[in-house]
Amino acid sequence: MPRVKIPRKSTAIDMTAMCDVAFLLLTFFILTAKPRTDDPIPVDAPATAINVQLPESDVAILTVGQGKVFFGVEGQKTREELLDQMGRRYSIAFTPEEKAVFASLPSFGVDIQNLKGFLALSPDERKEYKSQGIPTDTTTESQLFYWVKEARIVTKNLNNKELRIAIKGDGKEEYPTFAKLIKALQKQKVNKFALITNVKSLPK
Amino acid sequence: MAELDTSGGGKKGGGKVRTKKKSTRVDLTAMVDLAFLLVTFFMLTTTLNKPKAMDLTMPDKDEIKKDEKPVPESRTLTILLGKDNKIEWYRGLPGVPYKGQAPTTDNFGKDGIRKTLFDLKKTIEEESGGKPMIVLVKPSDKSVYRNMVDIMDELNIAKIEIRAIVDILPLEIELLKRDGNY
Repeated sequence: MPRVKIPRKSTAIDMTAMCDVAFLLLTFFILTAKPRTDDPIPVDAPATAINVQLPESDVAILTVGQGKVFFGVEGQKTREELLDQMGRRYSIAFTPEEKAVFASLPSFGVDIQNLKGFLALSPDERKEYKSQGIPTDTTTESQLFYWVKEARIVTKNLNNKELRIAIKGDGKEEYPTFAKLIKALQKQKVNKFALITNVKSLPK
Repeated sequence: MAELDTSGGGKKGGGKVRTKKKSTRVDLTAMVDLAFLLVTFFMLTTTLNKPKAMDLTMPDKDEIKKDEKPVPESRTLTILLGKDNKIEWYRGLPGVPYKGQAPTTDNFGKDGIRKTLFDLKKTIEEESGGKPMIVLVKPSDKSVYRNMVDIMDELNIAKIEIRAIVDILPLEIELLKRDGNY
């Protein structure tokens, strides 16, 4: 009796389709990934066990460290509009180029009177620039007060959403800096903040 | 593919030289491996990079609340934040020890303020018949931001909902000074 021969099949599979899918996903993730924005000053945020996700858009982040306050708001369109409004308030005319530069900055800490000069610098020079922070000295009419206020108005007009205000503070920063900042924000009836923190596990 | 053809040589002279038809298939396994590795990497880094935050609600300053009731002294705990991560707490009204309990100096940590909060929450709820404890946090000028965040986190862990950050009184600064926490 002749033996039944089972033809040996090759174990190699066609990988083309799998490869296509993998690269499609890869492209998607690369394109959607947001480049990590550097903090204007080194900030060591304290860690908490209980926290919530911060939304990605309609957020203004106030970075606090070394007694200085830096301001940044999400969204290029919002930033452009914001600079326009602030320019009008302080009677400073910003050129379209300056607006484009400003829209690309994630955060800044410059007196508005020096902002024109700051925007004219090259990206490398801007990194070296010794920022003094946004003036917060007089809490009622300080520049920070108006930056936050205008940012809220612009966000409301553009996206019809309430601007969330997040504070990212250095753990070793003394409390009076925050007391001042919070007072300025409470002047415009902002009573709810998000404090950006690191994650730590819940202790048992 | 990478082998050397050593069998050549012998058949010289006879017949045509035939070039072998090679398959155009490439082994994609390694490429797929790499692609998925990168996909995993990007997936993990994008989700982990999202900032986390803790919500903080401050009491409204100028709004006049009509239904505002005086804070019952028996259910109130005041936490003062001093220098060098020190805490001082007392129950009742400032300057008036509640049932003769003197202010206590405490520290952050498992056996420090966390235990205190859990114990006090229980005691106060038992004493008042299930009514919640009210916590006032008063950071002094000598405290740092981390202390404020830590104490709010402890309150979150202890699930104490009624709390507020309030300005410190001169009387309380004196108290901190007396106990060497300012």
